[in-house]
Amino acid sequence: MNIRRCGDQALLVDVGDGGIDAVLGLYSALSDPRPDGVTELVPAARTLLVRFDPAIIGAGELAELLAGTEPVPAQEMRGELVEIPVHYDGADLAEVGKHTGLGPDGVVEMHTAAEYTVAFGGFAPGFGYLTGLHPKLHLPRRATPRTHVPAGAVAIAGEFTGIYPRSSPGGWQLVGRTDIPLWDPARRPPALLRPGTRIRFREVR
Amino acid sequence: MIEVVRPGPLTTVQDLGRPGLAALGVGRSGAADRRSAALANRLVGNLDGAAVLETTFGGLVLRFRQVARVVVTGAPCPVRRGRRGEAMNAPFTVWPGEELVLGAPTSGLRTYLAVRGGIGVDKVLESRSTDLLAGLGPAALSEGDVLPVGRDECGPLPSVEVAPVPDPAGFGLTVRVMPGPRDDWFTAEALRTFATATYEVTSESNRVGVRLTGPVLERAREGELLSEGMVPGAIQVPPSGLPLVFLADHPVTGGYPVIGVVLTDDLPVMAQARPGQTVSFRLVSAALPAAA
Repeated sequence: MNIRRCGDQALLVDVGDGGIDAVLGLYSALSDPRPDGVTELVPAARTLLVRFDPAIIGAGELAELLAGTEPVPAQEMRGELVEIPVHYDGADLAEVGKHTGLGPDGVVEMHTAAEYTVAFGGFAPGFGYLTGLHPKLHLPRRATPRTHVPAGAVAIAGEFTGIYPRSSPGGWQLVGRTDIPLWDPARRPPALLRPGTRIRFREVR
Repeated sequence: MIEVVRPGPLTTVQDLGRPGLAALGVGRSGAADRRSAALANRLVGNLDGAAVLETTFGGLVLRFRQVARVVVTGAPCPVRRGRRGEAMNAPFTVWPGEELVLGAPTSGLRTYLAVRGGIGVDKVLESRSTDLLAGLGPAALSEGDVLPVGRDECGPLPSVEVAPVPDPAGFGLTVRVMPGPRDDWFTAEALRTFATATYEVTSESNRVGVRLTGPVLERAREGELLSEGMVPGAIQVPPSGLPLVFLADHPVTGGYPVIGVVLTDDLPVMAQARPGQTVSFRLVSAALPAAA
């Protein structure tokens, strides 16, 4: 674990080879309750950003606290399980089927077979990067991003799958769509998918 | 109620934003120059969390339908109430039917207008801030909008006729920067350049960030950095080698290395940087102090 300064009110913890499991484990250990003075936790692929209020905790003291925090082991993180109904009719499904040699039906079978975990967000309110995608489905992003991806689009890119919470530009390969509302500012919490949430996709025709 | 006669180039409602929600993809947002916004609230007796108007490059014309105690802070601009001139940083009363006109600022970029009771638009996730990047909160003001004056908790009116604050600098800016967290992605030469060169603010700047032009910062290592959390003041260096300083509506995570972070106390200076103005960075120690 490597702790770096990120300005006067944040530290960046780099878990290195520990990867997403280590980030989520550290995020879980610090989330509930947050240590005094910690104002925000931002998990990402290899790092956890910890923002703090210097009036309550000093950078040195916080660094020591972080270094002494035991990450929650992956097998003990049992976040809420959410089932997402998906119409597998995405614009890139045929292409993904061809590229992987699985065919469209094989892609759907493989995408619905796994259990995923929300590792982190950050692209837009309510968007989650889901880990657990079968390595056979690891594909690069589209060479030319689409200027308009519809809300609810279920997509894959690299080692991740995800769902666009609202229409936006995007370069991921679109395999399907869901009607489930992912983001509702009036709901508490507003995001359906939060770091640690477990996901299963179910095919609907 | 306050009617928007003309919104100017960009006027938004801002408060202290939405802290603590970054894990859900929601940035803090809020006033870009938090110091000027806080001063505005204090001068009309509001609490710090009240919503104010943040106007970029002036040009805002409002018509008041009710009596209101107001104040204008931040980038200094000509202020006209009906046929009278009013001063910056000095609270005054606007009467029903009167027009309030904010002209173009003479230095700085963002001017703040607070009304006693706050701007009373609906809250989204506990905040009235417009987040232009995430698309949260009220839309930027348009001609014909009508804004309610809020009924937020107020304290007594301070017995201050004018607050003695310096105007934002109209010439070269210097801000203090703590190196890291990814300064090790750059060559020693690039770090020297970063600490000594003068950069110029481009017109591509907005509430998301201040884009700069000047000497290119070369990387010591190739490859892509995996996405990681960002903070306001983070100076991100994309493949162009030209730094970009994140402001209030910065993305929650980003994939380009951050060479340094502007100190919180100097962020209001960055938020007032206008296109064409120069910025230089002064490095301060990033060593972690021992725990007390």
